[in-house]
Amino acid sequence: MSPATPTSDRTVAPLARPASPTALFLAFNALALQGFGGVLAVAQRVLVEQRRWLSAEEFLQLLALAQVLPGPNVVNLTLMVGDRYFGLRGALAALAGILTVPLLLVIGLTTAYMHFSAVPQVAGALKGMGAVAAGMIIGTAIKLAASLRDTPLGLPLATALGTAACIGVALLRWPLLYVLLGCGLLACGVAWHRLGGSRT
Amino acid sequence: MITAALLLTLFLHFLLLSLLAVGGAITVLPDMHRLLVSQLGLLTDAQFAASIAIAQAAPGPNVLFVAVMGWQAAGAGGLAATLLGILLPSTTLALAAHRWGEARRTWRPVQAFRIGMAPIVIGLMVAAGWILAAETPGRAHLIVTALAAVLVWRTRLHLLWLVGAGGVIGALGWL
Repeated sequence: MSPATPTSDRTVAPLARPASPTALFLAFNALALQGFGGVLAVAQRVLVEQRRWLSAEEFLQLLALAQVLPGPNVVNLTLMVGDRYFGLRGALAALAGILTVPLLLVIGLTTAYMHFSAVPQVAGALKGMGAVAAGMIIGTAIKLAASLRDTPLGLPLATALGTAACIGVALLRWPLLYVLLGCGLLACGVAWHRLGGSRT
Repeated sequence: MITAALLLTLFLHFLLLSLLAVGGAITVLPDMHRLLVSQLGLLTDAQFAASIAIAQAAPGPNVLFVAVMGWQAAGAGGLAATLLGILLPSTTLALAAHRWGEARRTWRPVQAFRIGMAPIVIGLMVAAGWILAAETPGRAHLIVTALAAVLVWRTRLHLLWLVGAGGVIGALGWL
């Protein structure tokens, strides 16, 4: 379809790797503690842009697998990144990193929330943070969409499929399973077909 | 009265829910509500709703709302039962699937999956943000969401500044 254009700077830059399971633990702990209202946006920022442990494409690939499997996407993604570098040890280190301190915090907050939930400023702050969290996820998605430029699907088809999946889930409120089966199978089928034409 | 039998019931139920939770633990929320509020009467509706709000406001993965539910329902034992239950099956499966896929990187179906799913994943991320934004209606709220999206997309501003600004705007009552 479209001529092969060079990939973006971000994907050309050499990738790094974590030095040890401890480094994984610390990195995932740090990114979890920045992740208000969800960790996905921060995970992309830290893993792809700051640490460069993953390219945007790899991030999307792992996220795709994390999405279709049951369980929290971010937790699944965390395990896969850890496993990739240090096997089971890495997976557990990364998982412990993303869960331990946030777990203690959330239990502490539960106690505090019971006392302060009636204070209007607290409720307002939660609302404001929620609005920002929603925007952060959308902004991250737009940023990741740049890596679709060279997709073998062709940009128009990729855009159409992504938009359809978005509308199905967000507007029509179809169950995720049906959207994954419908749009996902179609997309994978076309990709399969295209791969047969020009093997790389 | 918190008994070992109760904790076992919680654990087994969440084990099962874990494998049904495609798209995250939040997708099996109705089943959790049925068990914890309607069937066992361990949580009130308000406590159930607060569990989700707290986990979303706190840093860390949103799945921790499951831990908050367990904690409120049956203390530390309840927390262990619900969190381990929701995580053990799905994490094991994720690890196995990842290794299976990595061992077959060049296999055409695996490649087709990677290429095909990329745009779907992006669409689903936008949908997740959309649903989160739609929870609270209002134009000011939408503007904050849109502004945050643009700033994340176009700048490298630290994400904590964004969250902090959102919190301040909300606390001032502008939303």
